[in-house]
Amino acid sequence: MRKQKRVIPGFGLSMGVTISILSIMVLIPLASLAVYTARLSPGEIFETLSRGRVLSSFFVSFLTALVASLFNAVMGVILAWVLVRYDFPGKQLMDGLIELPFALPTAVAGISLTCLTTDQGWIGSIFARWGIHIAYTRIGITVALIFVGIPFVVRSVQPVLEKIDGTYEEAARVMGAKPAVIFREVIFPEIKPALFAGFGLALGRCLGEYGSVVFIAGNKPYYTEITPLIIMSELQEYDYESATAIALVMLFASFAILLVNNIIQDRNSRIANGTR
Amino acid sequence: MKAKKLLIGISVVFLFLFLILPLVVVLTQALKNGWNAYVTTVTDEYTLKAILLTLQATVAAVVINTIFGLFAAWALTKFQFRGKKLIGALIDLPVTVSPVIAGLIFVLIFGRQSVLYPLLQKLNLKIVFAVPGIILATVFVTFPFISRELIPVLEAQGTDEEEAAALMGAKGFTIFREITFPHIKWALLYGIVLCTARAMGEFGAVSVLSGHLRGKTNTLPLHVEILFNEFHYVEAFSVASILVILSILLLVLRSVIEYRGKKKA
Amino acid sequence: MKKRFVKRFVTGSLITVLGVSAMGCGSSNSNEAAQANPGEEAQTTEAAQDTDTAEKITLTNVSYDPTRELYEEYNKQFAEHWKELSGQDVEITQSHGGSGKQALEVANGLEADVVTLALEYDVKAVQDAGLIEEGWVDEFPSDSSPYTSTIVFLVRKGNPKDIQDWDDLVRDGVGVITPNPKTSGGARWNYLAAWAYADDLYKGDEAQIKDFIKKLYENVLVLDSGARGATTSFVENKQGDVLIAWENEAYLSIQDYPDEYEIVTPSISILAQPSVAIVDEVVDARGTREAATEYLNYLYSDEAQRIAGDNYYRPSNDEILQEYADVFDLTINLVTVNEFGGWDAAQSTHFADGGVFDEIYEE
Repeated sequence: MRKQKRVIPGFGLSMGVTISILSIMVLIPLASLAVYTARLSPGEIFETLSRGRVLSSFFVSFLTALVASLFNAVMGVILAWVLVRYDFPGKQLMDGLIELPFALPTAVAGISLTCLTTDQGWIGSIFARWGIHIAYTRIGITVALIFVGIPFVVRSVQPVLEKIDGTYEEAARVMGAKPAVIFREVIFPEIKPALFAGFGLALGRCLGEYGSVVFIAGNKPYYTEITPLIIMSELQEYDYESATAIALVMLFASFAILLVNNIIQDRNSRIANGTR
Repeated sequence: MKAKKLLIGISVVFLFLFLILPLVVVLTQALKNGWNAYVTTVTDEYTLKAILLTLQATVAAVVINTIFGLFAAWALTKFQFRGKKLIGALIDLPVTVSPVIAGLIFVLIFGRQSVLYPLLQKLNLKIVFAVPGIILATVFVTFPFISRELIPVLEAQGTDEEEAAALMGAKGFTIFREITFPHIKWALLYGIVLCTARAMGEFGAVSVLSGHLRGKTNTLPLHVEILFNEFHYVEAFSVASILVILSILLLVLRSVIEYRGKKKA
Repeated sequence: MKKRFVKRFVTGSLITVLGVSAMGCGSSNSNEAAQANPGEEAQTTEAAQDTDTAEKITLTNVSYDPTRELYEEYNKQFAEHWKELSGQDVEITQSHGGSGKQALEVANGLEADVVTLALEYDVKAVQDAGLIEEGWVDEFPSDSSPYTSTIVFLVRKGNPKDIQDWDDLVRDGVGVITPNPKTSGGARWNYLAAWAYADDLYKGDEAQIKDFIKKLYENVLVLDSGARGATTSFVENKQGDVLIAWENEAYLSIQDYPDEYEIVTPSISILAQPSVAIVDEVVDARGTREAATEYLNYLYSDEAQRIAGDNYYRPSNDEILQEYADVFDLTINLVTVNEFGGWDAAQSTHFADGGVFDEIYEE
């Protein structure tokens, strides 16, 4: 086993570069965050985190991020599928639009989406007739987060989908399998790791998103107040310690999501490689 | 056939609602005061300086993250070792850190209240509230973008080909160039495009680190914010439209490269 | 095998560190180049050593959001004034942002020669970081506030909900827009102004005042994070019936949409006093104290006071203020923050965690 993994050269070099850059850019900065929080005693940290507004902001942030990311996971696969497998006029344009949420400053996105979804807006007025309000509710937050997260899923799944070997699919089709079955049995297992990766990134990103959400959320305590906003208000009060304590909780949550994600991915790739 | 129409339909409706309509809002707002007003805003001295700074930060982020992405993807997919999952998760972590916190972290490390500050002063090195800080923040928020594109592709590809080549005596770089690179070419391109787009649009972290010095440390998104906060609603959207145009240019460029490359293949 | 791995690993790390430091140098070089471009930053360090002989000096004024026009105009005026006075050219770099955020950045090393912020409390945060010496409040006239403002209502044209005073804002069916006082320094004045009215109405009965404030915030439809966001909600997104706003910002909205809005001045409001101060540590390091002092002093000159008035700030000079009697409602009863025991007391009672503002949102 040992012998086999050493067959490919470059392990030391690539690990060296990876670990060094990772330390400089991620580990040291994040460790400093923990050091800063450590200035508070555990009791104070608990006190900060157990405030009603903080707790309900965790709930709001997590709920909206989860709903948005699940929606994006489904939408992302559909979009990636359409972009890879079908040819139709305007496909290039559609492909090009995917990165737009990244390039547009989040605040601009937030203002534009709010403008569209208030009860007077182009989209909002349609929904208002059914008594559904989008802007200044949790639905509004979710809409903003869908916007922010969609590229992550599409761009994770797309390259893998492009690389899938058509022979298995072909074989399955020849043997008479239905398209839904082919997708579930042949294609989905292939894209699953990428889908999880994209979903995890989107979820993490949504948990931390601030710029676009503050405009559309209405920011009402206990109802539409998100955790990053609470962090901002702590900073505004020059309370660095509380801010970093809350930030650290968010960080742990994201880290847990990503770690679980990576474990799933790793297991998948091991199965794919025949568990060597 | 039915499925095709349905899926394309869903995609089109989704993109229209979530991406095209907001874009239309940006453009209509940008041109609300007419074309001349738009041109004046866009060619304003401070706007041009902001464009320059944004491009500078973006290039730096893309270069650093490409180097990192290639090495990290190689290390994480071609070998089995303990702690791999941990490293994978750590790489992704910057994306999930709230941008405001990301900026704050660097202020805490390099700012006036840090232990490093006297040293930096002595060396006459300005990091926070200067261009290096902006670059640092941009690299941080786009950190995993390229490696994340490469890893799933390399994972799906497995290690057999590289192993065979290595056993036949090929050197590391040769293996990479001849075997691995062709597989990840398009994923790398996606990654670079994603990274560029995100780097251009980054606001939160850069905002904390920039100091908003007009003409010196204002990137395009910050310039948008400033104009907005100064009650220049239309001008803010005009500057935002530059970002839209830049990203469209980027995407056209990508399509061209991709089209040519795939045609050759 | 193992040895080789370690060797390679170390090589990899070294390459990275070298690469990163090269990037660092590269970026700081390009930084210098970028700054040398406009041609003033390169001279800053020299200017720091001998101001007297340098032909040109630079000042950085870190201010808050809506003062851009004010200082754009003032900076031109001051440049002429300084040229006459000392023969030097002066170039002023402006920075605008949320007042509290700006204060934090100065405290963290943003090199500002002067700060011109929205609240005394924010300048005090810079003082607490050790950058400004105590006693700055008395360094310039009128508690170091060269111009003031107050809190007024912006309503839709014709005032369809007939809003005249603060008690109209707690009526059922009136939608109020105001930013969150926790994230917006300026919005703290809004809150305190409402409190001052209720205090007067209920003769200091705290339970009733709190009830009034609670009802007011129950009517708030959108609690934006900043003043500009709140204005957008009201003006662009047509939310609510009344926007509680700074007088100067309300006038800016009227200027943009003269036919759509009007201003209502309540019977009682608060005297909002934006504070200015010299950042002692920075001016001493850069040798710009003289110019910075004159920069703030000149804000009190007749010319500068008129610039403030033209930008809808109330000049602190009474005579000049009278010239603007047709613009501002001068009969309004203005209370100051001292009635709340000063900023520290107001902050800890009302806006700190667990303060009154948190209380009114608890179930």
